[in-house]
Amino acid sequence: MVDSIFRPFASGDALKSDRTARDRQRHRHKLKEAIRENIADVIADESIIGRDRDKVIKIPIRGVKEYRFVYGDNQGGVGSGQGDTQPGQVVGERQDGQGEPGKAGDQPGVDYYETDVTLDELVDIMFEDLELPDLERRILKDVVADRTVKRRGYRKSGVRVHLDRRRTARARVRRMKARGVEPPEEPADPREGRGLPIHPEYGEKRFPFIEDDLTYKKLIEDTKPESNAVVICIMDTSGSMDSMKKYLARSFFFLLYQFVRTKYERVELVFVAHHSRAKEVTEEEFFYKGESGGTMISSGYHKALEIVRDRYHPQHWNIYAFHCSDGDNFESDNQATLKAAEELCDASNLFGYGEIKPMGSHFYESSMLELFGKLDKPNYQSVLIESKADIWPSFRAFLSREKAESA
Amino acid sequence: MADWTVDELQRWDEKIREKVEEFGLDCYRQEFELCDHHAMLGYMAYHGMPAHYPHWSYGKSFEKTKTLYDYGVSGLPYELVINSDPCLAYLMTDNSLTLQILTIAHVYGHNDFFKNNFTFTSATDAKETIGSFKARADRVRSYIEDPSIGDERVERVLDAAHALAFCMSPNAAVRRLGVEEQRERARPSETGHDPFAILHKRPEAPAPTTERFPPEPVSDLLAFMRDHHPTLAEWERDLLDIVDSETRYFLPQIETKIMNEGWASYWHHRILESLDLPHDVRIEFLVRHNQVVCPHPGSINPYHLGFVLWHKIAERDGEDAIWKVRESDRDAAFLRRFLDAETMRDLDLFSYEPKGDKLVVDSVADDEHWADVKRKLIAQVGAGNNPSIRITDADFNRRRELYLVHDHDGRDLHLGYAERTLQHLYTLWGRRVLLETQVNGKPTRLAFDEDGFDARLVV
Repeated sequence: MVDSIFRPFASGDALKSDRTARDRQRHRHKLKEAIRENIADVIADESIIGRDRDKVIKIPIRGVKEYRFVYGDNQGGVGSGQGDTQPGQVVGERQDGQGEPGKAGDQPGVDYYETDVTLDELVDIMFEDLELPDLERRILKDVVADRTVKRRGYRKSGVRVHLDRRRTARARVRRMKARGVEPPEEPADPREGRGLPIHPEYGEKRFPFIEDDLTYKKLIEDTKPESNAVVICIMDTSGSMDSMKKYLARSFFFLLYQFVRTKYERVELVFVAHHSRAKEVTEEEFFYKGESGGTMISSGYHKALEIVRDRYHPQHWNIYAFHCSDGDNFESDNQATLKAAEELCDASNLFGYGEIKPMGSHFYESSMLELFGKLDKPNYQSVLIESKADIWPSFRAFLSREKAESA
Repeated sequence: MADWTVDELQRWDEKIREKVEEFGLDCYRQEFELCDHHAMLGYMAYHGMPAHYPHWSYGKSFEKTKTLYDYGVSGLPYELVINSDPCLAYLMTDNSLTLQILTIAHVYGHNDFFKNNFTFTSATDAKETIGSFKARADRVRSYIEDPSIGDERVERVLDAAHALAFCMSPNAAVRRLGVEEQRERARPSETGHDPFAILHKRPEAPAPTTERFPPEPVSDLLAFMRDHHPTLAEWERDLLDIVDSETRYFLPQIETKIMNEGWASYWHHRILESLDLPHDVRIEFLVRHNQVVCPHPGSINPYHLGFVLWHKIAERDGEDAIWKVRESDRDAAFLRRFLDAETMRDLDLFSYEPKGDKLVVDSVADDEHWADVKRKLIAQVGAGNNPSIRITDADFNRRRELYLVHDHDGRDLHLGYAERTLQHLYTLWGRRVLLETQVNGKPTRLAFDEDGFDARLVV
C-alpha cells in the first residue's frame, strides 16, 4: 500500500512567511509606472483643479498585461449547452478581445485594470512627470494659508472651549443678587471654600449655574479683503486642443491654482472657455473638446472682465487671470484683443498668457506672442510651452514676476 | 470550526489508500500539508511550489485571485497538488470533513496520473521537482542580488522569457534533433532523394537545407536563443533556461487537463462510493461531487468532460481499457479517439462564432456537423490554444535578423499582443525580428526593430 504523511497546519508559519510580499510590491510598482506612462491622458481627462485631495480616481491601465502570442478575438469556440442548443442561438456577448464566454482570465482584453489612486498620489506623479524640484513640490502640496479668526461679541450657545468663564460667573452672581441672595464672602485663603458657594440661608442647598448663565465667545473667521483671490482660467477650446495640449494647459492651471492657494485663504476658480464666443463653464466642460471654428480671443477677455465686474471687485479680490491657447486668432480681432488684455492687466494682480505649441509648431503657425509683446504692463507675463518639460521652468518664470510684484 | 481532526483525516486516508491499492492505482508516496486559505492563495500564486523564483507577475496573480476570492466571485480550489515524488498536496483547513475525504481521494487520482501518463514521464523528473524549483529560485535570487546585474535587468529578461515561454513544441516525447543531426537529415533531401517516397508523398514544404540556419524550423524559441544567441551573458542564458525548464514542467498539465481532472474525478467517485460513508457525509459528498463535474453552460468544464469520457470508455471497453489510455494519451488524442457523435449530442456540444458583438452558435453536434464541432474543440484544448510559431532563419538578410513563421490554421493572431510579444523578442534578440502570418486571409509580415512595430502585406 502506498505511504502517506500528514503535516498539520501551524498558523504561525503563514504569518511569518508572507512569501508574496516582494512580488506584490513589484507589481504595485509596475502599476504606478503604468499610471505614469499615461499621466498625460489621465490628467487631461480628470478634473483635478480645486478638488479634494482625498478624491479617489479610477484609472484604467493597460501597462501591466503579460503579453504572449495568442489568437485574436475573431475566433469562435466550443461549449456545452443545456440540451437544446440550436444554430443561430446567441450564447454570449463578444467582449473586447474576449472570445469565449465564461472563460475569462486567459484572453486578451480581460486583463484590464482599473486602479484607485487618490488625487494626492496623482498630483505626486504629475509633479514627478513635470520634474518639479522637491522643495517646490512640498510648498505646493502643503497648502498653509494663514487663516485667522477674531472674536466678535458673545452668544448664548457654543462649544465648551469657547465658554467665557468670567461672564458666565458674573451672570450667575447677578442672578443671585436679583433673588436677594447674598454672594458668600470671599474666603481669606482662596484655597479654602473651594467648591460651590453655599449660602447659610439655603442650608446645604446649592445655587447652581443654569443654562442662561453660560456665555460663549463668538468667533468669526476674519475675511480680510486681501485674503481673497480668484483664479480666472481662460482657454481656447477650439477643436485643435488635443489631449496633450489639454494636459499641458491643465497642468499649468493646476500649478497656478495650487500656488495661489498657498497665499490666500479663500480661492475661487472661474473657467472661461472661448472659441469665437465665450462662456463661463465648469472644469469638466472646460476641458472637453470644443467645437471647431474661428477663434476670437477678445471674447474670452471680455467675458473675464464681465465676471470681474459682476463678482470680483478688484478692491476685495486678488485676481489672477491666465489664458492658454495655441495661438490662433482672427486677424481682425487682434486690436480688440490687445485692448481687452490691457484692461485685464489693470484689473488683475497678474495676467498671464501661455501659448501651447507642441513639437516646435510655433515656427510655422501663427502666434499671439508677438502681438502681446506690445502690451506694456508690468504685471503681464507670457510663456511658451512646447513640451511638458517647459511647464515647470515657465511656471517658475511666471512666479518670479509675481514675487517681484508683491515684494 | 473544522468538524475534523488530523487523526480523523489519517484514518480516512488509510481507508482510501486501501481502496487505491485494491483498484490498482499506481501512486508516488503521498504528502498532505494542511494550510489555511491565506497560505493557499500564496501557494496558488506560485503554482503550488514550496520554492519558486520571484517575479512581479506572481504578485499580480496573487492580488487577482485574492480579489476574486474576497469578493466571493470565485472560491478556492479544494485542493492543490503538484507533480512531484513524493506527491505534494495541500488541504485547506477551512474545508469540511466530507470535502477533505473527497479531496484526498481525488489527489490519489492525480498522483497516479502524474506517475504514469507519458506526457509527464517523458517531460518531467518527479523526484527532482521540488529540488530543481528551489535551485532555480536560488539562481534567480543570486542574479537579483548580484550588484552587477540587479532587479531591473533580471526582470527585463524574465518579462521577455515569459512572453515567449509557450513558443515551444508541446510534445516532449518527440526527440529534438541537434543541429548536426538536422544537417545530416537535410543532406539527402538536397539531392532530391526521398527514402520514404514509396510510403508517402513528401508534404509540400520548403526542403530542409544546409544553407540556412537553423537547417530545420525550430519550435523551441527560448532554448534556441539560449543555445545560439551570440552575445547573451551567461546569467541571461541561464534565465532563459530557467523559464524554458519551468514551462516544460507545466506543459503536460496543460496538455492533459481534461484527462487528468476527469481521471481524478472518476477515481474519487469510485473510491468514495466504495467506502462506507456515514449518511450525512455521503449526502454532502454527492452534492459536492455534482458541483465539481457539472457542465458549465457555454464553455467546457474539463472535470465534466473528462469524467464522462472515462466512464464511457470503462463502460464500452471494460475497465481494463482505461489504464492503457491514461498512459498513452493526451487531451487532443483522447478526444479524437473517444469523443463520439453520441456523447457529443448527450453533452449538447456546439461551436460558436462571433457575429457583430454577439457570440452565435454556428454548428451543433448533429449528424452533419458533429465532426466540425469536434475538430474545433480539439484545436482549442491544451497547447492547441498556443499558436505554433517557428524560427525558420536566424540570419535573415545576412544581418542576423530573426525570421519566424506562424503556422496559420485559420485562426489569426491578436495583433496587439503580437506587437508587444515581438517587442519582447526583439529585446532578447537584439536585431530585427520578423513574423510571417496571415491577417484576414492575407499573408502579412510583422516586424519589430529599433524603429518599433511594423506590419505589411507580403506581396
